Amino acid sequence: MPFGNTHNQLKLKYTADQEYPDLSKHNNHMSKVLTPVMYAHLRDKQTPSGFTLDDVIQTGVDNPGHPFIMTVGCVAGDEETYEVFKELLDPVIQDRHGGYKPTDKHKTDLNPDHLKGGDDLDPNYVLSSRVRTGRSIRGFCLPPHCSRGERRAIETLSNDALRSLSGDLKGKYYALKDMTDEEQQQLIDDHFLFDKPVSPLLLASGMGRDWPDGRGIWHNDNKTFLVWVNEEDHLRVISMQKGGNMKEVFNRFCTGLTKIETLFKQKGHSFMWNEHLGYVLTCPSNLGTGLRGGVHVKLPNLSKHDKFGEVLKRLRLQKRGTGGVDTAAVGGVFDISNADRLGFSEVELVQMVVDGVKLLVDMEKRLEKGQSIDGLMPAQK
Amino acid sequence: MASTFSRILSSKRSVGILSLIGAGSITTALFLNKEYVDAGSIVRRRYPASAEYPDLRKHNNCMASHLTPAIYGKLCGKSTPNGYTLDEAIQTGVDNPGHPFIKTVGMVAGDEESYEVFAELLDPVIKERHNGYDPQTMIHPTDLDASKIRSGQFDERYVLSSRVRTGRSIRGLSLPPACTRAERREVERVVVDALNGLQGELKGQYYSLTQMTDREQQQLIDDHFLFDKPVSPLLTCAGMARDWPDARGIWHNNEKTFLVWINEEDHTRVISMEKGGNMKRVFERFCMGLKEVERLIMEKGWEFMWNEKLGYILTCPSNLGTGLRAGVHVKLPRLSKDVRLAKILDNLRLQKRGTGGVDTAAVGSTFDISNLDRLGKSEVELVQTVVDGVNYLIECEKRLERGQDIRVPPPLTQFWEK
Repeated sequence: MPFGNTHNQLKLKYTADQEYPDLSKHNNHMSKVLTPVMYAHLRDKQTPSGFTLDDVIQTGVDNPGHPFIMTVGCVAGDEETYEVFKELLDPVIQDRHGGYKPTDKHKTDLNPDHLKGGDDLDPNYVLSSRVRTGRSIRGFCLPPHCSRGERRAIETLSNDALRSLSGDLKGKYYALKDMTDEEQQQLIDDHFLFDKPVSPLLLASGMGRDWPDGRGIWHNDNKTFLVWVNEEDHLRVISMQKGGNMKEVFNRFCTGLTKIETLFKQKGHSFMWNEHLGYVLTCPSNLGTGLRGGVHVKLPNLSKHDKFGEVLKRLRLQKRGTGGVDTAAVGGVFDISNADRLGFSEVELVQMVVDGVKLLVDMEKRLEKGQSIDGLMPAQK
Repeated sequence: MASTFSRILSSKRSVGILSLIGAGSITTALFLNKEYVDAGSIVRRRYPASAEYPDLRKHNNCMASHLTPAIYGKLCGKSTPNGYTLDEAIQTGVDNPGHPFIKTVGMVAGDEESYEVFAELLDPVIKERHNGYDPQTMIHPTDLDASKIRSGQFDERYVLSSRVRTGRSIRGLSLPPACTRAERREVERVVVDALNGLQGELKGQYYSLTQMTDREQQQLIDDHFLFDKPVSPLLTCAGMARDWPDARGIWHNNEKTFLVWINEEDHTRVISMEKGGNMKRVFERFCMGLKEVERLIMEKGWEFMWNEKLGYILTCPSNLGTGLRAGVHVKLPRLSKDVRLAKILDNLRLQKRGTGGVDTAAVGSTFDISNLDRLGKSEVELVQTVVDGVNYLIECEKRLERGQDIRVPPPLTQFWEK
C-alpha cells in the first residue's frame, strides 16, 4: 500500500501525460517497457484489492537503478496484479527471464529423487550448501500491499502449519516483536535473524511498513530448515547445512515444502501458483521456482582466471559474495548459485548447480596443479 | 478502459476465514468479506478494526499516546475527499516508534481536509505538541508586520548569522505525503511562476533538481542551499520522497538572502537569512517576500492553505500556526558550560540545536538558538521572543566574561495566559 496511491481516482483528474513519471535517467526493466501509451492504458485499472499501476511501479520510479545492474523496478501487490497489469509485466518478465513468452508454460518438479548425484561435492572446497524459495498464500495481499490484519493472519496461519511439522523438521517460531534478548542473540549467532529491510528497493515499495509486526522466523531444532515469515514474501523457505551434500539439502527442502503445502491445504489454503508463472511471488524476478540453490565454495585460483565469468555464464550460474547479493567475495570464497528462476523446474536448476559446481571445483584443482582448464570449458547450457 | 475498470469493481467475492490477532494474544475466528463500494472508493479486504489496530506498546510519539482502539475504530474507515486514509496518516508513527527522550509527532496530513476528517486524533496531538492549544476553541493570530519588531539588531561579536523560515501550502493540491506526480508538478509550476514575478532585491532564479547542471549543483552545495533526498525514516515512511527528484527545486534571489525550497517536506519552505545580527532586516525581507508571493499566486487564482483555528496548514502538525522558526548562530562559550543554560532557554521559550540543524551537536560553542513555539502566537510575537531571548543570552555571556553572576529569568507567559 504505497502511500497516497490508494486514491487512484484523484490522479484521473489529470491527464496521463501530466502523471507519467520521468524515466529519462532510469535503467530498470520497468522503465524500458513502460511507454506513455502503456501508462495511459493501465493507469485507471486496479486489482480487486485496490492495487494500482503506480503502486506497481513506485519502487522503479524511486530507484533509477545502476548503470551495470538491471533491477526489475516493479512489484506485485496481490496475485491478480500479474493479470490486471499483464501489458506491463509480460514484457518485463520476458526481459528478465531470458525471453519467457506469455504463452510459455512453467514446469514444477519438487521430486528430489529426480536429482542425479549432488551428494559428493568436495567438502574441502564446498563449505556449505543451501536452497531457498518463497511461497505466497492465495487470497492474501502481498507484502507491498497487505494490511496489518492480513499480515497477522498470514503469520498465524504459517505458525499453525509449521507447528505441526515433526521428526527432523520439528521446530519453533520466534516472532520478531516478542523475541527475548537471548533468543535474538542466538538467532544472530546462527546467522538466521533477518533485519528490517534497508534497501531502498524494498522500502520504496512499502514492504517495511509496520515493522516488526507480523514478522518472524521459524527453524527446526537442527537448524537446517528455516522459514522467514512476512519479510519480502509471505514465506521464504530455506534448507541449508555445512558441507557439500546438496542432495540432502534438496531432499529436506522438497520434503519440507511438500509437508507445509499439505498442512496449509488442510486448513483450506493453497499457495499462489499457475501453469504459466509457476509460484507467484512479490518480485517478478522470483517467479517460477523462486529458487536459488547455491554453495559457498573456495575458488581462489579460478576466480582470478579471465575465463571465470564466461564459465559461469555457460553453466547458467551467478556469483555473489558470501554476505549475499551485493556483497564482495572474501578470501576467495564465493556464493555460486543458479541464475535462472522461471522456465526451468526446481530439479533442473539444482542439477545445474550440482553439475556446475562439480566442474568449477575440478577446474580449481587443475589450476592449483598449474594445469590448464581449456579442455574443461563447458558448452552453453 | 472504463468497462474493464467497472467490471473489476462490480465483481463480488466473499472469502471464508480466518484467524486474527489484535494487539494482545487473543485469537478469534471471523468471517471476512471483500467488499466493493461504488466507483468512488474501493474498500479492500476487511478485517475488524481490532485486527488492524497497530501494536503501539513500544512507541513513544504523540500519535501513539492518543490513538486509542476506540478512536482507531471510529476513523479507520474514513477518508478525505481525495482518498487519504487514517492508516496513511499514522504510518510514519507506526514505523518509527520514537526515541525515549525525544517525542516525535508520529503522523502527518495528506491534504488540508485531513485536519478535519481526522480531527478526533489530530486535535489531542496538536494540543500535546503545542502546549495545550485547543483547535476547537482557540484562534491563532497571524501577524506579518515586521515594523513591530523592537531591538532587532544583535551584537555581531556574538551573533554570526540570522535566519527565519516557514512553510506555505497551496490550497487545492495534496500535501507531500499524498500528492500525485501531476499535483507536485503543479505546485512547482504555480510557485515558480509567482517567484519569477518578484522584483528588486527579491529577484532571483529557479534551479530544478532534475535539470540542474553540475556547476549549478556545486554552487548550491557551496552556498549550503542544496537540499538532499530525505533519508530520515520519519519522512520516507510518510511517502515524502516518492518520485524524487521530480518537481523538486530551489529558488533563490541574486543576493542569496531569500530562498524557497519546493516540494521537499512541504509544498514550499521559505527562508530569509543573512550573515550578522540584523534579525529585524531578515524578518522584514521575510514578510515582504511572503506577502509578494501570496499576491502573485492570488493573481492567478490560487491561495495558501490557512484557517483561523490552525493558521497556516503544513504537512507536519508540529509546524502548524506560523510554521515559523526564527533563529541565530551565536557564540556562547561561557554560558554553554553553565548548568543553568537549559532552564534559561526553557523559560525564554527557546531551543538550542547544533549548527547543522535539528539532531546535530553544537560545534565549538556556537549554537543555533530558535523559538520553541509555532502555534498560538503570531509571527511577530515569536520573532520578538527570539530577539528578546537572544539579547538576554548575550547579556549573560557578557556578565560571565566580566566575572559577574547571571540570573535565570522568570518563565514567559503562555498564550492562554494573556
